[in-house]
Amino acid sequence: MSPAPLSAAFRQALSEAWAKGAGLVLPVTFFAGAAVIVPLGIGTEASLLARVGPGILWVALALASLVTLERMFQSDLEDGTLDLWLQTDAPMSALALAKTLAHWLAAGLPLAVLTPLLGIILQVEGERLLPAAVAYGVGGLAFFVWGGVGAALVAGVRRGGLLIALIILPFYVPTLIFGSMTVASGSLTGPPFMLLCASTLFALAAAPFGMGAALRLAAD
Amino acid sequence: MLSTFANPARFMALSRWLAPLFYAVGGALIAYCLYQGIYVVPPIERQGGDIARNLQAHVPVAYIATIGYYSMAAASFVWFIWRHELADMAAKSMAPLGLAYTIAALASGSIWGQGTWGTWWAWDARLTATLFMAFLYLGYIFLRLAMESRQKAARAGAILTMLGVPIVIMIKFSVDMFLTLHQGASILTAEGPKIPWVHLRPMFAGMAGHMLVFSAMTMTLMRADIYKRQAARWREKRLAGAR
Repeated sequence: MSPAPLSAAFRQALSEAWAKGAGLVLPVTFFAGAAVIVPLGIGTEASLLARVGPGILWVALALASLVTLERMFQSDLEDGTLDLWLQTDAPMSALALAKTLAHWLAAGLPLAVLTPLLGIILQVEGERLLPAAVAYGVGGLAFFVWGGVGAALVAGVRRGGLLIALIILPFYVPTLIFGSMTVASGSLTGPPFMLLCASTLFALAAAPFGMGAALRLAAD
Repeated sequence: MLSTFANPARFMALSRWLAPLFYAVGGALIAYCLYQGIYVVPPIERQGGDIARNLQAHVPVAYIATIGYYSMAAASFVWFIWRHELADMAAKSMAPLGLAYTIAALASGSIWGQGTWGTWWAWDARLTATLFMAFLYLGYIFLRLAMESRQKAARAGAILTMLGVPIVIMIKFSVDMFLTLHQGASILTAEGPKIPWVHLRPMFAGMAGHMLVFSAMTMTLMRADIYKRQAARWREKRLAGAR
């Protein structure tokens, strides 16, 4: 097997995301918007926000990953990219993982980089911002990989966005719990962060097979 | 052995008498369990007195809610590997039943919670895990509905449930760490059951009864599915003959 199809899928996904800025700017805007709208709903006292701020960011991250996913494999199905992938000797699961990682680099990692800024707005204590940003990065990767399974499963379904949210929500639960425990503990050496990393590694190991099977199904 | 059961004609012949038998025996066991729970066993003071009679209604149902998901995943696995149509029919039929059992478990648990904890809902580990179980069933049902053909629905559903099994286990583990108010495991513990036998006997009867009724309802839905397919085939044949 030659790695050429993999790097092609990776580069194609990156250029898709960068082409009109939509892949980068829209998720970031959505993420920031979802996070800053919450204080308007629940009140702006600093003590309240400091307590719920990290949780708001987790929820906003989960939502932002979901809304960017709908079109991830749908366009590949419509323009025939999926059929071309099937012609190559690269395994579908590896291609799907390459595409998902590129998607995460373009749309997921910037969200994690942005969290310290949003954390300041949400009154999160200064020394917790950086460990939290690492946790958001690791947890966000799991969100994108599981979300990729949802996107692949509903690639052939019109207006599947809500359906992705419904079927993938339970997959986010362990990451959300370990993630919020990590941020609450404020350290990257304790068991919560280890468990968060473990759940992300599990997602990276298991989800590609689901994506590959689902994409072969969509291409049928 | 699997292929013996994969023959639809044999399934129809078997389920014709097996399903009614399961309904009857299962119904009797559930009736015994509820009768014992309501009239015979002493109330558990530590668990809220008379409201703890709910044990007999709640625990068996909650067990089936979980077992139902694993059974659905097992059926999906069999279909995904061997493509036995009956296995997919079983998985498809178990989804709404499992959802109903999950909702029943949440409802009966809520009532019990109001009696003992003084609240209808608490963010306790098992309640939370059961709530997400309902989402897993719902996602499965709606994913299947969204697919354009039976074959695609079966494949997509099987992929989702097979990935869902480790997630169910992880959700259970993570919520157990995160929040806990529910009593700990009280039946399968290293020192043996912590509940007196007088409560356990009707509870086990209830579990067995619900398992039988769940299987019987699954068979009924599968039979309905097979009849529906036969009807569709006959309709096609008649339309073809009319032309």
